[in-house]
Amino acid sequence: MKKILSVKNLSVSFETYKAEVKAVRDVSFDLHEKETLAIVGESGSGKSVTAQSVMRLVPMPPGKFVGGSIIFDGEELIDKSEKQMESIRGKEIGMIFQDPMTSLNPTMTIGKQIAEGLIKHQNMSKKDAHARGIELLKQVGIPNPEKRINQYPHEFSGGMRQRAMIAIALACNPKILIADEPTTALDVTIQAQILDLMKQLQEETGTAIILITHDLGVVANSAHRVAVMYGGKIVETGSVEEIFYNPKHPYTWGLLGSMPKLDQHDEKLKAIPGSPPDLADPPKGCPFAARCPFAMKVCGEHMPEHYELSDTQKTACWLLHEGAPKVEPPEFVNVGGSKVNG
Amino acid sequence: MAKYLLKRIAYIFLSLFLIITVTFFLMQIAPGSPFASERKMTPALEKQMEEAYGLNDPIHEQYLDYLVNALTFDFGPSFKYVGQDVMDIILRGFPYSLVLGLEALFIATGFGILFGVFAALKHNKFGDYAAMVIAVLGISVPSFIMATILQYIFAIKLNMFSVARMESFADTILPALALATTPLAFIARLMRSSMLDVLNSDYIKTAKSKGMSQRIVTYKHGLRNALLPVISYMGPLVASILTGSFVIEKIFGIPGLGSEFVTSITNRDYTVIMGTTVFFSVILLFCVLLVDIIYGIVDPRIKLDAKGGEK
Repeated sequence: MKKILSVKNLSVSFETYKAEVKAVRDVSFDLHEKETLAIVGESGSGKSVTAQSVMRLVPMPPGKFVGGSIIFDGEELIDKSEKQMESIRGKEIGMIFQDPMTSLNPTMTIGKQIAEGLIKHQNMSKKDAHARGIELLKQVGIPNPEKRINQYPHEFSGGMRQRAMIAIALACNPKILIADEPTTALDVTIQAQILDLMKQLQEETGTAIILITHDLGVVANSAHRVAVMYGGKIVETGSVEEIFYNPKHPYTWGLLGSMPKLDQHDEKLKAIPGSPPDLADPPKGCPFAARCPFAMKVCGEHMPEHYELSDTQKTACWLLHEGAPKVEPPEFVNVGGSKVNG
Repeated sequence: MAKYLLKRIAYIFLSLFLIITVTFFLMQIAPGSPFASERKMTPALEKQMEEAYGLNDPIHEQYLDYLVNALTFDFGPSFKYVGQDVMDIILRGFPYSLVLGLEALFIATGFGILFGVFAALKHNKFGDYAAMVIAVLGISVPSFIMATILQYIFAIKLNMFSVARMESFADTILPALALATTPLAFIARLMRSSMLDVLNSDYIKTAKSKGMSQRIVTYKHGLRNALLPVISYMGPLVASILTGSFVIEKIFGIPGLGSEFVTSITNRDYTVIMGTTVFFSVILLFCVLLVDIIYGIVDPRIKLDAKGGEK
């Protein structure tokens, strides 16, 4: 499959009064056509900033690119002017956001919000854009689209709004869809519907998806590949099978272990003790070292390199060094089991 | 919509009835009489005067008379100026206040919104700080100081306008500026903060992610939403500005409604006090209604229907 997006050694920082917060540090990943890449991590791990950097939507200042490159379709996005980016956003890369209640303009009809992009990127007339809008709403499963298109966001329910957001993002058939926690703010029943919809639309249109989430259940259901982020870095990447059945990074173990399981009734929920590192003053070594039950002396001092375990799986952990003790994932991780529940 | 309007107008009449009633009885409770002045009148003369103006009738009769007459905008004769009706006084002063007020309103909203948007777009840069320092000055400097400064600079030093005259359009510029300063500064601050709020909202990010240019994002998606708080401030502002400012009218020698109102109080000219109060209320109530209607047009989330209205 063709590579359409390649992020190499991307570092993004934010200038604050106190210090420079290094939100994304040396992140690299590729995205292929028709593939769904999930970026998983807890709050503050840098996953949203990574995604918004691809769209160049990180406000600058206070944000700034410290280094790295983002190659889309053979072109460097970091060097593009704001004007050039405008013809990429919406047209080549679409984006949907976490909270559908606030991400639609309350004083503009859904139809106009869909039409805007079509008129700008595809030079459609207002009439054609309106017709295409109805088609799109039908495609994302909104009943009665002829009537719905002239309504305002407040007349839509949460799930319907997220469907409308997807229609907006996919209006111009973008090559990449970035979904920034698209189901976090929705009811569980609606979550599944939205994920199914995204999967179905991906099959129809062939869009590659970057799915940002902290919910491993979502990942198991819809991603092909997974990148686990922690402390602004990608600590492990692999195919979804590798991450769920053969995880190698203790943080991934922790994430899998902290998923509640159906067959355990009397136990407390598992958590990873401690809190994520302060990215204004990130640790020298592995960002997870302070919370890692298997941490060695070297972990706090030096960042481990990415060990290639297969063509797809890469893990940044000193435990994989030949001199390190052999550690098995703890029992509670229940490797692979979470896929059943997810 | 028609049902909604009817209902609102009914409410306006109810409010007016309450306002008239309360002012009427407050006037009755207030000590002193319009004829109590330094120069003592003979009791016989005073009695005759009270008889002539119907002040000896039982209170409920006076009140009912007043209510009925008020319906036809007849607020009775002035106690102070013989032969003048309250309505004559209001209609004499109001045109001046209206012209001045409209001008000031135009300046205040136009420049207020402009400065506010400008400051928000230059957030935390020099332009923002400069605009906001001016706004704070505008709010904190009282209008009478502003008025005298304007007179000193533009009328006396630069000789561009007359100090205090009310003949041509040029004469209205200085007082309108002085009148506009405070609301202008207030609107600028209001506009800035609501624009900043809106520009940080998710739907602005959505608009950007669609590839809309900064200009379209700011004006098409941002401005309309950011205007809402300003619109709700406009109702009382329009009413108070249209009915004139005593201070500004005194300083610039304008025979407007504001000075009539204050003079009537010092004169204990009861009918004029009540007449102007009711007049002010009518304007305020209709301005508020107008604002609600505009609000409903700008913000589709607000439904104008008979079922109790907003939200």
